Amino acid sequence: MTKPAAVPKNPKPKVAFYWCASCGGCEETVLDLDERVLDVVAAVDIVFWPVALDFKRHDVEALPDGSILAAFVNGAVRTTEQEEMAHLLRKKAKVLVALGSCAQLGGIAGLANLSSREGILQSSYCESPSTVNAEKVFPQTLYKENGYSVSLPGLFETVCSLDQVVDVDYYLPGCPPTPKLLWDAVHVLLGGELPPKGTVLAPDRALCEECPRKDTRPEKLTLKEFKRPQDAVIDEATCVLAQGVVCLGPATRSGCEALCPQGNMPCTGCFGPTSRVRDYGAKALSAISSIIDSNDPEEIEKIVHTVPDPVGTFYRYSLPASLLRRKKIDEALKTK
Amino acid sequence: MDARNGDLRIGVYVCHCGTNIAATVDVKAVAEYAAALPGVVVSREYKYMCSDPGQELIRQDIVELKLNRIVVASCSPLLHEETFRGAVAKGGLNPFCFQMVNIREHDSWVHQDRQRATEKAIALVRAAIRRVALHKPLEKKRVPIHPDVLIVGGGIAGIHAALTLANAGKHVYLVEREPTIGGNMAKFDKTFPTLDCAACILTPKMTAVKKHPNITLWTLSEVTEVQGYVGNFEIAVTRKPRYINEDLCVGCLECIEACVYKQAKVPDEFNLGLGKRRPIYISFPQAVPQIPVIDPETCIDFKTGRCKKTCIEACGDRHAVDLKQQPKQETIKVGAIILATGYQTFDARKVPDYGYGVYPNVYTAPEVERLINASGPTGGEVILRDGRKPQSIGIIHCVGSRDENTNKWCSRVCCMYSLKLAHLLKERTGAEVYNFYIDMRAAGKAYEEFYHKLLEEGVHMIRGRVAEVTDWAVTPEEEGKLVMRAEDTLISFVRRVPVDMVVLSVGLVPHEDAKDVRRLFNISCSSEGWFLERHPKLAPVNTFTDGIFIAGACQAPKDIPDAVGQAGSAAAEAMVLIDTGYVEMEPNTAYILEEECSGCKTCIPLCPYSAITFLADKKIAHINEVLCKGCGTCVAACPSGSIKQNLFEDEEIFEEIRGVLANA
Repeated sequence: MTKPAAVPKNPKPKVAFYWCASCGGCEETVLDLDERVLDVVAAVDIVFWPVALDFKRHDVEALPDGSILAAFVNGAVRTTEQEEMAHLLRKKAKVLVALGSCAQLGGIAGLANLSSREGILQSSYCESPSTVNAEKVFPQTLYKENGYSVSLPGLFETVCSLDQVVDVDYYLPGCPPTPKLLWDAVHVLLGGELPPKGTVLAPDRALCEECPRKDTRPEKLTLKEFKRPQDAVIDEATCVLAQGVVCLGPATRSGCEALCPQGNMPCTGCFGPTSRVRDYGAKALSAISSIIDSNDPEEIEKIVHTVPDPVGTFYRYSLPASLLRRKKIDEALKTK
Repeated sequence: MDARNGDLRIGVYVCHCGTNIAATVDVKAVAEYAAALPGVVVSREYKYMCSDPGQELIRQDIVELKLNRIVVASCSPLLHEETFRGAVAKGGLNPFCFQMVNIREHDSWVHQDRQRATEKAIALVRAAIRRVALHKPLEKKRVPIHPDVLIVGGGIAGIHAALTLANAGKHVYLVEREPTIGGNMAKFDKTFPTLDCAACILTPKMTAVKKHPNITLWTLSEVTEVQGYVGNFEIAVTRKPRYINEDLCVGCLECIEACVYKQAKVPDEFNLGLGKRRPIYISFPQAVPQIPVIDPETCIDFKTGRCKKTCIEACGDRHAVDLKQQPKQETIKVGAIILATGYQTFDARKVPDYGYGVYPNVYTAPEVERLINASGPTGGEVILRDGRKPQSIGIIHCVGSRDENTNKWCSRVCCMYSLKLAHLLKERTGAEVYNFYIDMRAAGKAYEEFYHKLLEEGVHMIRGRVAEVTDWAVTPEEEGKLVMRAEDTLISFVRRVPVDMVVLSVGLVPHEDAKDVRRLFNISCSSEGWFLERHPKLAPVNTFTDGIFIAGACQAPKDIPDAVGQAGSAAAEAMVLIDTGYVEMEPNTAYILEEECSGCKTCIPLCPYSAITFLADKKIAHINEVLCKGCGTCVAACPSGSIKQNLFEDEEIFEEIRGVLANA
């Protein structure tokens, strides 16, 4: 493994933030640093941060290549604009960090890979109950009127994680990453002792390790039924999975300090897999299905159906980064 | 290719297997293709890689060309993986720096298109070459073996195996669920083709078992739990109460005579319900152990608590009768197990056309064995259920054998025992005996001669499967008789043969609970339910579970000589294991990455070998390397990828897949 080049300490290093296809939650993480954000600002120059500062794309283009210490990019990549910005920031930054589940694995936005582009546009611009679009106007990448033209970014057929588009140095997992992880990451980057390229900047054990309910999981746990959180009264002290609610803690990287179980909710897997797992959803599915308590195919079928949305459950944050990446497009077209 | 193997030097060997592979796969093309792949130093094809010169090729190349990885493309690893690992080791290389490709069972034997079969062989070889680059040297671990042997089933096979091992100085636990050992053979009258008395040849061996200092005999006992692994099994045995203390009883049998039941009233299991016994009884005069047993279902004291207990009185000072006896749990350690659980006979009620259970004078062959036995319910006289002596007898072969509607297999013994019964019945009754057969199978030593002897004795042989047995008379001479209707296929004529007695030569079927036994001992069954041998020709008494052997008819129908032969063979296999003193464990075991395990416990209940435990102090899982069989279940299930398996690491498998798909 190669390490990115060491970072010079003076003058004040430059940092950029950018969002691609995301909800904005990762930006909140930066704000959730609270007053510590001032320490960050004291230590670095923020040269680009569309959500908070009024720098433009041409300002970034004007910077010499490699002059930004670190660019934190959140969100998945699903438009031509996001792809261009990813390439631009890659060129200008020494270190490119994929911030959050969407950038790391495709995230919630990645579930769009169960549909086709055409299906998405149909649904959003024609079929949704709140839409009135009698003329069937769809977004176009270029529109000309009276000699003037306006353009829009193009929408890809398939949502990508950041590293499927550009080379990524580090990953900060989570939906969103916790402020603590971001703070630690900034320290690591400023400290100059860089970890090997490709490192996910979070612990590499599964969540059970730091879950306060760990000791209450029985050694031989098997289940006849899976419950959804809204259908269960979850006891606050015992292992959520042992109560029949699908908790993906066993498959999910730790580092969040078991925020969801601490809030009496199951882990949904936003921190993604450990470094040893190639396909998060397949592993999670394999682990959960192996505790089904039956040898009768019909009964197993019934139990399996108590997880109503398997892809949305096991690949909630990682479909684009999975081995399969997406639903086949002709299949997606059939079902939209 | 993996960066760690910059100085990768691979040797590839493609086997013709005579024409087994070469007829369908262009082995030369495969070898030439492999020669051009990165890392490959030498690539050869050879007629028989498993032969001495073939193995020598590998050894020599390792030495002369400094090879550090070997790929052999030949047959199934089940057959020759050990052979080639041995050849690799002889060359001074770690035997696990080797990968075997199966281009016979997986390719040449299942394809016809030579070009496509060759392409498949090339893809498989390419995958192996890429995989083997990642192989790491591994060591086999040695585990000492417990010298005792468990034998389950006290029929002739179990008895013979027990005596063989005990005579060789091994301690044997012989566990039998019935009150006596002897099994099915003890119920036979005479044996074919020699017509020597079954009891006369069997009972000395039974007594020898009881007397042998190296044999612990537990009757009325069943194995209830099996833990551990080859060389180190831990067995729980439940000993059901006999209500007679075996240590105190001297076998005088006075208690039986003293029973308040003056008349025997209970249907006698040993005589298949043809005779009666008391609630306290002994199965048959030569039963071993020679100790009565009390049946709590019918004993008055157990049912009402108000019996005069004359049995206790008769026993007197010996105090051997113990009506309070409780089941006893024994736990033993053994290094090897021989299963000799035998067979049961086909339930003749499943062929309603033959009227068993409807017409009282339709008998099964085992019933007739008891009927003609001198210690049987009639003292050896052939008297029908209606009290008559039969003047004419029909024997139907293949009942529940060689039949699409019941069992497809040939039970192997029925032709011969039918002939034996024909001889004995004719001898005892002077009746006319008709044998209805499909084919006469007399393929054993002196069997054909016995058949000819029967023909000369005037037994009628009718070649044809009986369509039905009925009491519906159509002619005066059929009145009061059982009429057997069958096509005599040698003269193409439908015959009706009226007889007094019908004997159904029922086939051999696996025990009803054979599947439970299979699960208990974790061995495989064929789809019919017979215990599955490791190899039908070359490992007939081994199972796929190391340290567990099978003998006798639990593996498939067989006659006494074959059962005894197999029992001796199983005993020898067990002895080889024990005298070796240790077992080598395959290193393809799974292991926990302790630094990575989150202690989620997902793996623990999944292990079929109970090899995984939870370390309470470190709060992580732990795999007992010796118990692990390398099945990979936990590796696949570990949600955080913190269990790895030697020879099946993710990268090795991914590299293999990439290799297969490289040109796709």
